[in-house]
Amino acid sequence: MRLTEHVSGKNGKTYCFHCGDVCEQNDITYDEKIFCCNGCKTVYDLLKENELCAYYDFEKTPGISPGRNNRTNRFEYLDNPEIANHLIRFKDHDQTHITFFVPKIHCTSCIWLLENLHKIDEAVLDTEVNFLRKEVRIIFNHQKIALSELANLISSMGYEPEIHLKDLEKDATQTPQNTSILKIGIAGFCFGNIMMLSFPEYFSFGDFYDQKNLSWFFGLINLALALPVFVYSAQEFFISAWKGIRYHFLTIDAPIALAILVTFSRSVYEILTQTGAGYLDSMTGIVFFMLLGRYFQNRTYQTLSFDRDYKSYFPVAVAVFGAEGSTTPVPVTALKKNDRILIRNNELIPVDSVLLSSSTHVDYSFITGESKPVKKTKGDLIYAGGKQLDGAIELNVSQTVSQSHLTKLWNKEGKEEVNTSTFVDAINLWFTIGVFTIAIASGLYWYLFDPSKILDAVTAVLIVACPCGLLLTSSFANGNLLRIFGRNKFYLKNAAVINELAKAEVVLFDKTGTITNGNAVFFEGSQLSHQEIQLIASLTAQSSHPLSQIICRSCLVNPVLVVDDFLEKAGKGISGRIGSIEIMLGSASWLNYPKEGTTPLSTSVYLKIGNEMKGCFRFHNRYREGIEEVIGSLRGSYELAVVSGDNAAEEEALKKLFGPSTRLFFNLEPEDKRNIVKKIQTQQKRVIMIGDGLNDAGALSASNAGVSVSDNTNTFTPACDAILDGDSFHLLPSFLKLARSGKRIVIITFAFSVIYNVIGLYFAVQGTLSPVLAAILMPCSTISIVLLTTLLASVSARKHQL
Amino acid sequence: MSALYILIGISLVIALAFLVTFLWAVKRGQYDDNYTPSVRILFDEPAKKTNNKQ
Repeated sequence: MRLTEHVSGKNGKTYCFHCGDVCEQNDITYDEKIFCCNGCKTVYDLLKENELCAYYDFEKTPGISPGRNNRTNRFEYLDNPEIANHLIRFKDHDQTHITFFVPKIHCTSCIWLLENLHKIDEAVLDTEVNFLRKEVRIIFNHQKIALSELANLISSMGYEPEIHLKDLEKDATQTPQNTSILKIGIAGFCFGNIMMLSFPEYFSFGDFYDQKNLSWFFGLINLALALPVFVYSAQEFFISAWKGIRYHFLTIDAPIALAILVTFSRSVYEILTQTGAGYLDSMTGIVFFMLLGRYFQNRTYQTLSFDRDYKSYFPVAVAVFGAEGSTTPVPVTALKKNDRILIRNNELIPVDSVLLSSSTHVDYSFITGESKPVKKTKGDLIYAGGKQLDGAIELNVSQTVSQSHLTKLWNKEGKEEVNTSTFVDAINLWFTIGVFTIAIASGLYWYLFDPSKILDAVTAVLIVACPCGLLLTSSFANGNLLRIFGRNKFYLKNAAVINELAKAEVVLFDKTGTITNGNAVFFEGSQLSHQEIQLIASLTAQSSHPLSQIICRSCLVNPVLVVDDFLEKAGKGISGRIGSIEIMLGSASWLNYPKEGTTPLSTSVYLKIGNEMKGCFRFHNRYREGIEEVIGSLRGSYELAVVSGDNAAEEEALKKLFGPSTRLFFNLEPEDKRNIVKKIQTQQKRVIMIGDGLNDAGALSASNAGVSVSDNTNTFTPACDAILDGDSFHLLPSFLKLARSGKRIVIITFAFSVIYNVIGLYFAVQGTLSPVLAAILMPCSTISIVLLTTLLASVSARKHQL
Repeated sequence: MSALYILIGISLVIALAFLVTFLWAVKRGQYDDNYTPSVRILFDEPAKKTNNKQ
């Protein structure tokens, strides 16, 4: 029986007016509204005082509950000028500009409130929110409010800024450049104007050239307009083609660069010698459309980062004990050996250090995959990266940040250059060979029959047979697929990942945090009454032991009863007296309970109320919803395996879930995981690794496609190729099928686009390709490609229910 | 026909002016954030208490 089911018989739940959470027993009524906690009520009060209640008009319950245990000196380190200078964008004698990353921004009300911050504190001069980036730029008067106070102010409203070590390295004064937009803008402008100026040429069918002066004039203008496109906008094609040639492989940009070059040269020649109008409209047109395609494909997810390393994980500063015993915040990078530091509850331990306090528990699940917190006693070495549970501890630093075990682990795992030639490159190769063959053939033909037409025909062939159709197809197909994935909360780093996902044959799963989602506690024993649950909750609330906390939370009642004689015996259990009832929770031996062959690896906590043994709490990994279906669908088409850093307690459950043929590995170090990936790759099989923690980092980077699962995309994920939101985990088989269909979409659309090439070639080999014809073919093929890929992608998505 | 030269010339100059404006807007960061301005535009200005009526 699960405790949660027992208590949820309440009807008529009340929800907090501010944050929307369910109000439990001690809700607060104020101003005729109900709040779930004092924090929410305080924010409401603040808004009311400043006449900012319009906050609640934009969305229902837009508020974010400020954390319960937030210390007001959390942002002390921001007053340290060394640290602050890295974060500040601009400062003069009375103004400072700073940009905070606030991942909690999630709705219109957030934008409204943050942009009205100046009404709450006069020292704030201006705020601007960038919603997609979840950033807020604040201009404030630093004479009137300190940076740390500002950070505290927005935190107290629920909008806590996240500041990591990595932020200290970025130069905050630089702004990102938007060169693609510039290139597209210029190409589009020139394309449109050239086309307009070419109209006389289109519609006069040849007699335009009798107007020598006018045609000369228009020709020159066209040339002038085409120049910036050739020199600036088309740069990336030339650069990429050149790089490809230097390293001896054929990218798709090479034939495109050739086509652009040939078109431009021939047009320049024709215009300057007044023998024709040139094909500048087609040239600028294809550059414009291809740049658009690339822009569409290269969509970036602005708040997600796929290249995180340890610097995005660690905090910026840590409290160091000074001579008199008080603490000052010191940047983590400045920590030296033998500094004494204070780490508080739920904070990350940033350096390898020795424990000076008597004992503690550290949560390493993110680093090593162990789901049980590790107990450490005085004198033990604690590795960096773990999360401190159990209150505050003092540590003696033994290694600097860059020398800690974790950092060394990170530094080894550089992203490997896996060979990423796609099928598009294969098509491109054949296409290019075909084009050259036709060009040579038509050249030979005219050499035999009418040598004056050679140049005409050959250059026309090279102009028409530009694989821009292929590039457009793959750009738009990939762009559409990326969007479909993103809509379903599967965020890929770039289009190449689609191809890797499609080609994979083996899927490896990490266990902790990837297929499991926390620990569930089950109660075995006699039915517990509501009052008994209250007793349990109140007793466990007194203890900071992680298991007690899990039990306390699962009781779903507020622990309000007073506990007398509370006793906690490390390794044994807790006990106390509420009213006249004695309660004990602990190991079987301590409670004198006869052991009945329990598995030694999974944890059991026994309950005794009064003199009665009530039963036992068992802790198991809780598996993600839908995991059975996911494994079921994948089992047929992929080889599966589980690689876990945790112990084998869950072996039976996993065997049932995955079936007998799946290999299960336990107790793995991060390097072992990576070696398993590499071993499979030596068998020429492509691997997808699905993980979530730092211990998966090596495997994620070695695999062909590394997918990082995250339940909260605002928090840290290790370096990977794709981020999968935990809510969409059950869609994994559909995602893989869609990736595979991407290849089919490109081939179908490309075959279709070849029709236009064929029509154009028909005229080109005869030497009768007029600019008008080229100018018509080009947008027609582009538009039909875009429509067709979008259509096929939506059809495919619907087929897979995405 | 000579009018054409002048007209085309003028139209190009105007078009170039628009291009320059576009480039200036991109450089100033107008295209950095495509989404938030669409939300911002729907916020109301709070009714200012007019104290200079009559």
